[in-house]
Amino acid sequence: MKKKYDVIVVGAGPSGSMAARFAAERGVSVLMLEKDRDVGYPVRCGEAVGKEKLLEFIEPDRKFIAAEINKFSMIAPDGSEVVLPLDQTGFVLERKIFDYELAKTAAVAGAEILTRAYVNGLLFDGGKVSGVKYEYQGNQYQVESDIVIAADGVESRVGRWAGIKTFIDFRDMESCVQITAGNITVNQNTCYFYFGQEYAPHGYFWIFPKGNNTANIGLGVSGIIGKKRSALSFLNDFMKKNYPDAPILTQIAGGVPSAVTLEKISAPGIMLAGDAARQVNPLSGGGITSGMIGGRTAGTIAAEAIKSKNTDHIFSYDKAWHEAVGKRHEIYNRIKEGIYNFSDEKFNNIARSFSRIPLAKRTLGNLFKTALIHNPSLLIDVAKVFIVK
Amino acid sequence: MIEILPDKCDFCGCCVGVCPEDAIELKEAEINIMESLCTNCAKCVWSCPIEVLVFNKNGAGVKV
Ligand SMILES: Cc1cc2nc3c(=O)[nH]c(=O)nc-3n(C[C@H](O)[C@H](O)[C@H](O)COP(=O)(O)OP(=O)(O)OC[C@H]3O[C@@H](n4cnc5c(N)ncnc54)[C@H](O)[C@@H]3O)c2cc1C
Ligand code: SF4
Ligand code: SF4
Repeated sequence: MKKKYDVIVVGAGPSGSMAARFAAERGVSVLMLEKDRDVGYPVRCGEAVGKEKLLEFIEPDRKFIAAEINKFSMIAPDGSEVVLPLDQTGFVLERKIFDYELAKTAAVAGAEILTRAYVNGLLFDGGKVSGVKYEYQGNQYQVESDIVIAADGVESRVGRWAGIKTFIDFRDMESCVQITAGNITVNQNTCYFYFGQEYAPHGYFWIFPKGNNTANIGLGVSGIIGKKRSALSFLNDFMKKNYPDAPILTQIAGGVPSAVTLEKISAPGIMLAGDAARQVNPLSGGGITSGMIGGRTAGTIAAEAIKSKNTDHIFSYDKAWHEAVGKRHEIYNRIKEGIYNFSDEKFNNIARSFSRIPLAKRTLGNLFKTALIHNPSLLIDVAKVFIVK
Repeated sequence: MIEILPDKCDFCGCCVGVCPEDAIELKEAEINIMESLCTNCAKCVWSCPIEVLVFNKNGAGVKV
């Protein structure tokens, strides 16, 4: 362990690991600090990803793929089901192993990694972030760096210490609870989404298969709903009604910051990536690959800044992210705001209209078009993100 | 005032993410509300997915 690194990454989730890897691959020295004992555990995730995006980062490997997905199934409040075949397939991951493998790619690229290292403060040099303070096995340490990349997840605090306003409006926080259960006899190639007041108001309820009739079953609700009822109470009701005897392998809580990216994701000596920067797709709540893209962008730019001895180069990260993904997320967010308040009746009507479209012609774009048929301005947004790719 | 039931906590971080005052410290399996910073706005209570945070008229702190 050195006294100083070019880049310190806080958090070894998908975003942190990609930041560490892409920086280290460019020949700069990297230290990644993770508070938990194991990279990849606990898993706070439904674990669904699109194949195409994943391939940009890692070869799919059976050891971290639990199921292959080729269909979505949407269940309306009245129970009617609409099936949507996918032209681009996806996976349900085993993130415990996946995150670990991602961290390994960072290590292979030359990054140092320390787990059980809880970052609890920043070092400053004349207003610029110049390293971190951390607690390790009961002792307090500090280590310097030219650039800190905060990839510390939904619970991010590191950015705040650098003066970036990272806390998220409680209305945008999708508070989630999920179990992984056995004896769930659903199609093992289909991701199921349930909508409506009974399942998950202002959010959705999911069943994602994990092979051998195991599945991730969970939901997220916004803080507005959380004022009255917890996510847990919705899950308990669902399980009691549908799978009262299913063996529960694990239960987790977690949060998805379902909003647009923070206004500012870099400041002198520091960059934010992944959930910490609010880089989650606000419509789907998916943040694995978008966090990896954020991490890759941050890590690459950080290395360029070091190499060119111009740390101000890190400020180009905000624009690079916005161009690559951020502006798309703004559109997704508008679509989300257009639909998340829908009544049960409206969801039922959409399901009815959509089921009249022949199977071969059903696409996600068509689905949102059906949903927003009476909202012309949002239809243009749908066209932008789902039709013109 | 806000009270945490630490035995029930899953250390998921929802409460930390919404706290406007940076008043919550979360380690691998340890959580604390820093009373001096907390304004009792209750946003953390509304965001906890599993009913770990509760209001407590007798004062903030961790119930052991
Ligand atoms: C219930 C649930 C279901 C989800 N389902 C999906 C899904 O199906 N598909 C999808 O794409 N996304 C899903 N997401 C979102 C996805 O899990 C996240 O967007 C993704 O994990 C973000 O990656 P990250 O690297 O930014 O953060 P994380 O994976 O959260 O990693 C952050 C890391 O930082 C560490 N850390 C935090 N603070 C410190 C500190 N002070 N010091 C040191 N280390 C620290 C944490 O321990 C953690 O390991 C879901 C989220 C939840 C909660
Ligand atoms: S939101 Fe609830 S479960 Fe999650 S860390 Fe806070 S108190 Fe614990
Ligand atoms: S009540 Fe408000 S200020 Fe206090 S810990 Fe909760 S969110 Fe933070």
